[in-house]
Amino acid sequence: MAHRIVVSLAALLVALFAALVPSTARAESPKVIRVGALYPLSGNIASTGLDCRRGAELAVDIINGKYDLDLPLAKEEGIPNLGGAKLELVFADTKGEPKNGLAEVERLITQEKVVAIIGAYQSSVTKTASQATERLKVPFVCSDASSPTLTQRGFKYFFRASPNDASFAKDQIKFLKDMKAKGKKIETIAILNENTEFGSNVAKEVVKAAQDGGFKVVAEISYTANATDVTSEVGRLIQAKPDVLIHASYITDAILFTKTFKEMGFKPTAFLSFAGYIEPAYLPAVKSDGNDIVVRSTFALDLGKKKPLIAKVNELFKKKYGTDMSENAARSFTAPFVLADALNRAKTTESEAVIKALLETNIPGNQVIYPWKGITFNPQTHQNDQATGILVQIQKEQYVTVWPFDSAAAEVTWPLRPWGKK
Amino acid sequence: MSQQLIQQLVNGLLIGCVYSLIAIGLTLIWGVMNIVNFAHGDFLMIGMFTSFWCYTLFHIDPLFSLPLVALLLFTLGLLIYRFAVSKVMRGPMLAQLVVTFGVSIFLANTAVLLWTPDFRLIDKPLLAGTWNFGTVQISVPKVVASVGSVVVSGALMLFLNRTRTGKAILATEMNRDSALLMGINTDRVNALSFGIGSALVGVAGGFLAMYYYIYPQVGGLFGTISFAIVALGGFGSISGAFIAGILVGLVQTLGGYFFDPAYKYAIVFLLYLLVVWFRPQGLRGW
Repeated sequence: MAHRIVVSLAALLVALFAALVPSTARAESPKVIRVGALYPLSGNIASTGLDCRRGAELAVDIINGKYDLDLPLAKEEGIPNLGGAKLELVFADTKGEPKNGLAEVERLITQEKVVAIIGAYQSSVTKTASQATERLKVPFVCSDASSPTLTQRGFKYFFRASPNDASFAKDQIKFLKDMKAKGKKIETIAILNENTEFGSNVAKEVVKAAQDGGFKVVAEISYTANATDVTSEVGRLIQAKPDVLIHASYITDAILFTKTFKEMGFKPTAFLSFAGYIEPAYLPAVKSDGNDIVVRSTFALDLGKKKPLIAKVNELFKKKYGTDMSENAARSFTAPFVLADALNRAKTTESEAVIKALLETNIPGNQVIYPWKGITFNPQTHQNDQATGILVQIQKEQYVTVWPFDSAAAEVTWPLRPWGKK
Repeated sequence: MSQQLIQQLVNGLLIGCVYSLIAIGLTLIWGVMNIVNFAHGDFLMIGMFTSFWCYTLFHIDPLFSLPLVALLLFTLGLLIYRFAVSKVMRGPMLAQLVVTFGVSIFLANTAVLLWTPDFRLIDKPLLAGTWNFGTVQISVPKVVASVGSVVVSGALMLFLNRTRTGKAILATEMNRDSALLMGINTDRVNALSFGIGSALVGVAGGFLAMYYYIYPQVGGLFGTISFAIVALGGFGSISGAFIAGILVGLVQTLGGYFFDPAYKYAIVFLLYLLVVWFRPQGLRGW
């Protein structure tokens, strides 16, 4: 028995020593700091993944180079407190599948020796990937996935700078209240959602917010996103006659519902939506039928009129890639700055110190490309409670900011015009 | 309520007729060759894309490109039969399963490579718009698609029952060995059936293209539903597939409306389970 205790104690000592060696080795300010970036670079939403990749790459260019921009660490080369060390992104392809999120994080940390992870766009993939970082004790800074559950798990190593669907739901109800205050008649709401993790959570949050806001929820319809025909769903909506429809969808169902609404003549007073309606593929498919629909977003180029930083960043983006910055690119643009800022204050890449620095993050609102008040993390959830969404409306086949009213670039078109006359 | 009942009945019939045409192609191939064609949904996708490109590049309305779609898909079916399927006909069951599965993956990925995963729509088909009967709205392209599907299905049944070639196909379906003894070239019948089955689903794709969006993975769900329809109607039975297709369309829309849209496909598969419980051979199988 005594022999066994001695052996296990020795093993424990060896393990402790092994754990200490690499971290002290890592602590001497390296010239290059490797960061893992997870995105769906192939598969069904490869175009989205490419967009995200570009946003993160531009952010790292700005951190590593010298730019006259009001962004964290833009004016200095690299990370000053780590001897000007440069960030290097190591990209990994999740193919949009949760199992790859997990496997790629393990590979990035154990083989590529990255010190932190950013990504992964899809909530389901981010969920498994962050389980791996939690187990391997490596910080994960997310600025693109939006499921509220991600920051409700009490994870120590996971941080989210961007707003989640719960706050988006509250935004939409706040918008309706603002419109009501302007004298518009809004009493009843119908909620239509696809029935996986994303849609069901959105529906739950919208119902909660709607009831708190004093609206009557007259229909809650969930459906499978991969459908050949949605006429029965629309039939139910027609029967419920809501003033406002709130729809949480992916891209295929957004297109199919838009067509079916038009065909069956379903026209609420207002049409609010999530996700699918702001995908780059939506408008080319439905064209002017998309007009007047309001979508939740975090970013819009017209915000640049009131916040010149956005216009300057978009100019750099356009110079590098030849297109305007999309919402996806803007989202993934934020995580590298949050991470670099924390590394700079931690003065080391050692996980525990970086986590401590992340918790002390306080990036002011004028240093982000959104209308947020800033970035600070809630000590319990690690969610940035200052992140807010905006609402954009499709006007003349363009996404235009309409809410909050002080960031708006145009008036809201209200009510929804009849199908075929937009 | 009653207005929505009529509306849902109409919608169920409209989608059901298209389901029927898709399933008839599948059941024909199954009946003659005992092969499950996993690439069936992908043939549908190719049909849809052919319509789309005829419309976009040459401004030919999907209604007029149908003969071309049928011819192209017939040829594609023949080629795939000659160079892939016929090679494994004498092989083990597993090889036969894998070959059409492989064709499916090949077609879907080639489509992504050639045409990108974007969504496309034919925005202004010749026959567009909605007929308005009080509160019941009927989409014109859907009517064209379903009437067209019924006409094509009827033409196929006439062909099978009235012509010598058609009867040879039916004979092979009933009993391959006897058909061979009667002097029917069953290999040619196989090739012909595969070609006709592909052409039918291609035409269904041409009809669908008038109102449904088109992208490389579009065939997936239609393919799965057509398997259920074939099993429901009885493997190899043309009239069974026709009836079952319409039944599935009706059950899907009415079930979705009266119970819960989230379960509409579950209700379809429940119906299938009930039928095989009492009639394991399907509605019109033998």
